[in-house]
Amino acid sequence: MTDVGDRITGLAAALRAHGVRIGTGETVDAARAVEALGLADRERLREGLAATLLHGPGQRVLFDPVFDLYFPRGVGGPEDAPRDREALRDRLAEALAADDRAMMARLAAEAVDGLGGYGSSPGSDGWSAYQTLDRLRPQTLLARVRADVRGRDGNGGAGFADRLLDDEIRRRIEEFRRLVGAEARRRVAERRGRDEIARRGVRPTADRVDFLIANRDQLTELRRAVQPLARKLATRLAARRRRAARGTIDLRRTLRSSLSTGGVPMRPVLRRRRPVRPELVLLCDVSGSVSGFSDFTMLLVQALHDQFGKVRVFAFVNRLDEVTGLLDHGRADPDGLSARIRAEATLTGWHGSSDYGVALGEFAERYGGAVGPRTTVFVLGDARTNMSDPNLPAVRELARRARRVYWLNPEPRDRWGTGDSAAPAYAKLVEMHECRTAAQLSALIAGLLPV
Amino acid sequence: MFTSVDDVSARLAETGYLASPAVATTVFLAARLGKPLLVEGPAGVGKTELAKAVAQVADARLVRLQCYEGVDESRALYEWNHAKQLLRISAGRGESWDETRTDIFTEEFLLPRPLLTAIRGDEPTVLLIDETDKADVEMEGLLLEVLSDFQVTVPELGTVTATRRPFGVLTSNAGRELSEALRRRCLFLHIGFPEEELERRIVRLKVPGLGAALTESVVRVVGALRAMDLRKVPSVAETIDWARTLLALGAGTLDETVVRDTLGVILKHQDDIQKAAAKLDLDAL
Ligand SMILES: Nc1ncnc2c1ncn2[C@@H]1O[C@H](COP(=O)(O)OP(=O)(O)O)[C@@H](O)[C@H]1O
Ligand SMILES: [Mg+2]
Repeated sequence: MTDVGDRITGLAAALRAHGVRIGTGETVDAARAVEALGLADRERLREGLAATLLHGPGQRVLFDPVFDLYFPRGVGGPEDAPRDREALRDRLAEALAADDRAMMARLAAEAVDGLGGYGSSPGSDGWSAYQTLDRLRPQTLLARVRADVRGRDGNGGAGFADRLLDDEIRRRIEEFRRLVGAEARRRVAERRGRDEIARRGVRPTADRVDFLIANRDQLTELRRAVQPLARKLATRLAARRRRAARGTIDLRRTLRSSLSTGGVPMRPVLRRRRPVRPELVLLCDVSGSVSGFSDFTMLLVQALHDQFGKVRVFAFVNRLDEVTGLLDHGRADPDGLSARIRAEATLTGWHGSSDYGVALGEFAERYGGAVGPRTTVFVLGDARTNMSDPNLPAVRELARRARRVYWLNPEPRDRWGTGDSAAPAYAKLVEMHECRTAAQLSALIAGLLPV
Repeated sequence: MFTSVDDVSARLAETGYLASPAVATTVFLAARLGKPLLVEGPAGVGKTELAKAVAQVADARLVRLQCYEGVDESRALYEWNHAKQLLRISAGRGESWDETRTDIFTEEFLLPRPLLTAIRGDEPTVLLIDETDKADVEMEGLLLEVLSDFQVTVPELGTVTATRRPFGVLTSNAGRELSEALRRRCLFLHIGFPEEELERRIVRLKVPGLGAALTESVVRVVGALRAMDLRKVPSVAETIDWARTLLALGAGTLDETVVRDTLGVILKHQDDIQKAAAKLDLDAL
């Protein structure tokens, strides 16, 4: 039991390092779960530990790879695994056609063992998922697997569902790639210690990825999260709005309604405030360096638009243009948003890098009327002016006219003011918040958005 | 309540609920550790049904608190029957106020609501707190109190303590993030969309007349729809509805016309229908 105890403690520590909050209560429950379930069935153990240690669905993508490290399928490499690439491909094609998950997991282990080791003798320096997949090339099996499945069905692909086949096979191949990744991590962990790999080798969840370093897939994943996130925020905003509207007791109406209960005031009637829906203006730097951040924020605000009386969105690089209409039409195709903004709005003059001073000045001049005492303004950008004049008077004027101005900066706070960043100067005039991840953004929006 | 994880699966299956390994394991643990279960997941994946099935196999009464926006203590815990109290007050002219007061705050004038009901009573009980995310945050304090202490204080009557702790099941569609404190009190179970094999078994069980080939196609198409970026992807409930529709139509196999004509059963938004039709290569709708 002490070995298991150590593993649970290690697993909990690794999850904590990834930001999952786990207290002693949870670890105690986890130990009781292991006792009740036994160690024989690894998948039950996985579910039992997840049920006791986790508190939300978002944490599961972290949990699974970490669990695989602390409760590995096996130790060492598979016995007498054949190192023949073609034989492996044949068996993989068969497993993919049959959608045999257990076989796919076994083949992932054999593949890493046979093809993934590097160093002077295989595996002496480490194990690489990338090298394994590069040598095995599972994605090139598609045509073969397709033919195989059709042959099995015996109808040569006549049925309606046949048109789904390619995508289904692609998803299975994707699953196999994931298994190879997990296996390589496990082998590396045997060599270098699982605590270290659990901390550094496991990808963070999309909502905790830095906007500035997110890759294309992660940005796509984030865009898919816009709608559910917007729904959550909308409920939270509605709750805040209700609380704000819950006013004082209306004595006159309370007494009037008490007539039905013989003059005994049983139910107090509250005075309702009907708040005017707030107005929102977004000023977004959409230049290359920060566009992932501003795209996501624009989509999120667009998805929340019925929470507000009015939303207007302006994009800039070194010139500024209104893009409210483009966003409206962007709902159907969020992935194409930035391309459309760049194609249809005038955002650059005679050079391509961002110029906050000119853009802010242009905003004041052309769209100053968009900001009034009911407007909350969000400025999105890294405040990197490329050494040109930051135009502080324009920001001061903006702050004077608007109800509130918030600046969301996707750079880490300790880089504000380095190089050409005018962040500290702007932060003296308006409230500036660090906003590096989707998780941070949603917390900020939930707290800062006017209701 | 259960002897093993397999016991959970087998007995739930007898009532018509097919549990995934995750569901069976977590239900077993919740019963073993005596902790409430928080079940989260999209609509229509069988969260409510799970609580009902557990009640049935445990031979327990099911007490259900359906949450909604604005549900409060008087709906969740208890309320005094004001109308009846007023009648009693007017009927009792002549007696002193003290007499009347002791009389109108008694059992007879109490309207117990689900939380109190679940705590009183000696028989085994499953307390289902359904769609917890719809209730306001303020309700969570009350739920936490009831689920931690299993006792409720009615100032005029005293404290009621459960002689037998109910098995608590909270469900949520994650419309709102539940508080950390409430989550920590519970074992967490996420029910997502089932694996193909399980979903085929569910369809076979609920719509037995459909035939193996058609069942397989139905599940495959639903799987493909779930992989699309839609506003609302179909859940198990929609799979079952679709299977029933196809059975009623007497469709022998799935073809373009049938899918096109019945897509509205699985997808609820017009733009989803259009998007799916395009991706499935259906001719223009
Ligand atoms: N695992 C399952 N076994 C049997 N029926 C299921 C299962 N999952 C879902 N269903 C069926 O799907 C439908 C929706 O279930 P329900 O419990 O209302 O969903 P939820 O509460 O998650 O919104 C019900 O008819 C239920 O019988
Ligand atoms: Mg339900």
